[in-house]
Amino acid sequence: MAIRLRRKGCIMQSPITSLRVGSVAKIATLQGQGSSFQRKLRTMGIREGKSLKVVAAYPLAGPIVIDIEGRQITLGRGIARRILVEAGDC
Amino acid sequence: MGNPNIGKSVVFSRLTGAEVITSNYPGTTVDFSQGRASLQGEQCEIFDAPGTYSLQPTNRAEEVAAEVLRWADLVINVIDATNLERNLFLTLELLEMDKPMILVLNMWDEAERSGIEIDRRSLEERLGLPVVATTALTGEGIRELVDRLAEARLPPHVRPLSEEEKWVEIGRISRAVQKVTHRHPGLADRLSEATIRPLTGTPIALMVILGTFWMVRLVGEGLIAHLFQPMFELYRPLAMAISDELGPGMLHDLLIGKIINGDIDYVQSMGLLTTGIYVPLGMVLPYIVGFYLALSLLEDSGYLPRLATLSDNLFHRLGMHGTAIIPLFLGLGCNVPGALSARVLETRKQRFISLTLLGLAVPCTAKSAMIFGVLGSYGQMYVLLVFSVLALVYLVAGLVLNRVVKGESPEIFLEIPPYRRPNVSMILKKTWMRIRWFLAEAIPFLFLGVLLVNVLYTVGFMTWVARIFSPFMQWYLAIPGEAVAALLVGFFRKDLAVGMLLPLGLSAGQMVVATTLLSLYFPCVATFALLVKELGLKDTLKSSAIMLATALLVGGAMRWALIG
Repeated sequence: MAIRLRRKGCIMQSPITSLRVGSVAKIATLQGQGSSFQRKLRTMGIREGKSLKVVAAYPLAGPIVIDIEGRQITLGRGIARRILVEAGDC
Repeated sequence: MGNPNIGKSVVFSRLTGAEVITSNYPGTTVDFSQGRASLQGEQCEIFDAPGTYSLQPTNRAEEVAAEVLRWADLVINVIDATNLERNLFLTLELLEMDKPMILVLNMWDEAERSGIEIDRRSLEERLGLPVVATTALTGEGIRELVDRLAEARLPPHVRPLSEEEKWVEIGRISRAVQKVTHRHPGLADRLSEATIRPLTGTPIALMVILGTFWMVRLVGEGLIAHLFQPMFELYRPLAMAISDELGPGMLHDLLIGKIINGDIDYVQSMGLLTTGIYVPLGMVLPYIVGFYLALSLLEDSGYLPRLATLSDNLFHRLGMHGTAIIPLFLGLGCNVPGALSARVLETRKQRFISLTLLGLAVPCTAKSAMIFGVLGSYGQMYVLLVFSVLALVYLVAGLVLNRVVKGESPEIFLEIPPYRRPNVSMILKKTWMRIRWFLAEAIPFLFLGVLLVNVLYTVGFMTWVARIFSPFMQWYLAIPGEAVAALLVGFFRKDLAVGMLLPLGLSAGQMVVATTLLSLYFPCVATFALLVKELGLKDTLKSSAIMLATALLVGGAMRWALIG
């Protein structure tokens, strides 16, 4: 899958769907779909500044499992696409 | 009140002594429970609300939680001590509701084990609330909670914070009161990763499912061979004595039923004291015990959410998502709790599909046990055939409904709880509670069913219906018209209905068609009532029409394939 890079400030961001299984990254931005969607993400521990690890990524556009602070969460691919992580400085 | 899967129901049951089902996955409690307790000399009613991440509900269960909050005079906010930061969001929302509140830091033992220290005194000061630490599973800290309930007070009135401000505040609080010592990933973490990755998780899941079926059969058949069958053989002379005492007549037909070849046939005699107790106790109960023991293990270990993740791809194509495995699994025990648990699904479309497929193609243990019992004598392959057809119907109907039913199917968004070692006494207690429900539910309906069969035969109604439907049944399904009587009784108890097919002397092919039809055409009356409650009358009628149409379609196809 192509890695989409976004520029914001001077940190490049990419969705967690582009991360390799096992890699760790810091959450930069939660995108879109209204405040109730973002609230749900945040109340489940998915918040800007937190580190996450990708535990599993299912084939056929299946779900992605991430680990945040020792808790695992299963996310549908569409949800995962809207979680952007820092992908290094530009 | 509190987030999902943090042990609210355990705290509740410790406070009230009420028996509620608790498990290790989010969404065990989808309705509120109510209990009474005399706390510090005062009678009070305690409500156990379903878990919610915030006061803006995203599914039916969370709506119930918000509703319960409206009634409350005092709020016990239970939070997960191992996950303070995240749980505090709901706490801050609750603070703005202006109700006296007390904070419970549950899972205190787990927090200590994983190197989390929380300064309770400091948290009390910052929130202006009494804070109690508990380990509800063992009962630790519950005493203190009761003692300090009177201290619960109105939170200091604060200016409502915006969401952003709340998170800032939470960050401040948790930095000040919490100290986390990092720990190394242990065996449980590695097991957790292995069971949730597709490559390693899929074979493990297949083994777990096969192991579950193996365990259900082992327990069920073991109980039948060594306990229930010998018991009913001991009972036989007594039943025969009653039969002799009564002599022929109405009462004999009702209590004992038909004497077949000079003896009582527990399945076919159709008396209250013979079939009426043999079917629920001698044939179904042993498998119920086996199923619920296995289910409790899956629930309490925390495996189910992993299974939900693994099967998400599949359920997604059926218009639901992986969480739908929970109604499916509970439904294999009994469709009623299965249907209730569909509340964890977010949209009407998902619930409609899940409930329709449940009523259509998910046989409860009572039905499955009878299919094993009755069809098994024709050969195991026929049993396998019926279950394969049901599985196929589940998949195909799901694929079709996903296309046809309007509405949204949001994606899976599920928290995976840590593995926990199931507690033996909890498992036994939970299994016992479910067995009692089964007995309370099954025996009255079975008696009613047996009574109905007798009355309807006596007044000639059954023969009349059989004659009317006979041409259609013969022509379309190649089954004798008398099978309609079983379909009618199936509305009350499917297990009894399967038993009613026995005296018809059907061929193996006819038996397969009839049992499949009996599974598909309609859920039992208890499930139907719940469908009306969960879906509304209009959608329930739609759902029923789908079931009936599918039953006729599949029944016709099977007749063509099996009987010719």
